[in-house]
Amino acid sequence: MQDFGAAFGTAFSLVLSGDPELLAIVGLSLYVTLTAVLIACLIGLPMGAALAVTRFPGRGVVVAFVNALMGLPPVVVGLLVYMMLSNAGPLGPLKLLYTPTAMIIAQAVLVTPIVVALTCQLIGDLDSEYRDQMRAMRLSFRETVATLLWDARLALPVVVLAGLGRAIAEVGAVMIVGGNIAHVTRVMTTTIALETSKGNLALALGLGIVLIGIAVIINLAAQTLRASAARAAYA
Amino acid sequence: MLFDPRHAKSHSVGLTLNGLVFRAGGRPLLDGLTAQMSAHAKTVVLGPNGAGKSLTLRAIQGLIDCDEGEVAFLRGETAAAPISALHKREGGVGIVFQKPVLFRRTVRANLIHALKAAGIDRSERDMRATILLRMAGLEPIAERSARVLSGGEQQKLSIVRALAASPSVLLLDEPTASLDPRATHDIENLIVKARSEGVKIVLVTHDLGQAKRLADEVLFIHQGRATELTVAADFFAKPRSPEARAYLDGELLL
Repeated sequence: MQDFGAAFGTAFSLVLSGDPELLAIVGLSLYVTLTAVLIACLIGLPMGAALAVTRFPGRGVVVAFVNALMGLPPVVVGLLVYMMLSNAGPLGPLKLLYTPTAMIIAQAVLVTPIVVALTCQLIGDLDSEYRDQMRAMRLSFRETVATLLWDARLALPVVVLAGLGRAIAEVGAVMIVGGNIAHVTRVMTTTIALETSKGNLALALGLGIVLIGIAVIINLAAQTLRASAARAAYA
Repeated sequence: MLFDPRHAKSHSVGLTLNGLVFRAGGRPLLDGLTAQMSAHAKTVVLGPNGAGKSLTLRAIQGLIDCDEGEVAFLRGETAAAPISALHKREGGVGIVFQKPVLFRRTVRANLIHALKAAGIDRSERDMRATILLRMAGLEPIAERSARVLSGGEQQKLSIVRALAASPSVLLLDEPTASLDPRATHDIENLIVKARSEGVKIVLVTHDLGQAKRLADEVLFIHQGRATELTVAADFFAKPRSPEARAYLDGELLL
């Protein structure tokens, strides 16, 4: 119990002192996750909106499949991306394995289905409200998708934040494709796993505190955004 | 000036509904509806609930595909053409629903969006939005979110948004239902103004006072069929069909 208290004390002092190693790990985590979520949004937002407004045979199966992909185990994603990027894989010549880029790819693969599925749900609800009006205005497919995405702009950050939460907290995928190499591919979650196994609880806890802090900030941001949207009655 | 002068209507548009049949669940909701609406009249559509009035508007707008029949339009002396030829950007068919569907943006942005969708050049959109705002008396609240407006303001915005594309035909589905007399008066003025610009008006209403104020001709629909299409004064003085007589007498029609 004493160790536990001491670990917390050391962890807080690490965070408050701005320990360079800790800051580097946090910085790389944010870089990898934010880039992955950005890519996932660039692909997933229009794709989700398009899926919401398109009607074709087998659409229900596609939506069910995308929803199922939301629960993709990170280690499986890590394994698949590893196989793609390893020397024997189709993308082997790019030499991306054990680089932050590989971690970005893995997290983007993990988060894109979440963005697609949640966007599809959100835009689908809005589409059922707007459908007749947009058809009456003879909007093209592109205009329809753009209108829906724009009008959902204050609700879509919640989708982005869901993806962000998933990406920043996962450990399996980045561990496999990044290799947890110090100063190269070591991020918060992989460091926590490693340091815990080594018994260095202070650094692990310090990173845990930062991770929880980021999660709280993300959720506060989402809450504030929704409240201000409701106040402006745009929602 | 309400519309782009380049798109001023030289000839108003008449509408021909030819044997429209629309079935749902095996039941015909439109059952061979046939009518010829004059190009130079505000046509008011009357009939009991469930008669098929709103469906008729939706068929004209192309929001439903009829199982049988067709909607055609006539302009001047030219031969009738399928309504789909009119479903274009400018000069097409506008519709105003009973419950306005406004986008989650400001009043002005709603109009700019409609003007953009209608293919209006970017440089003209602001000017034309201002004209439409002024016409509806919405200029002072142009920067307010459309969704916080009163019911009357929302419906006025909905009408001028439909007019943004300079339509040849404006369909209105009970636009003043549940609105107060002042808002109703403003909306009726907008409808009259649109008609004076050459827009063919087809208005569904249950408000007989409004029908008397606005109608040049009345189309009465009962059980998916047009039972009569008559000059308004004649309709209200002496309706020809027993269904219309019963409706005007306040008798329930099933």
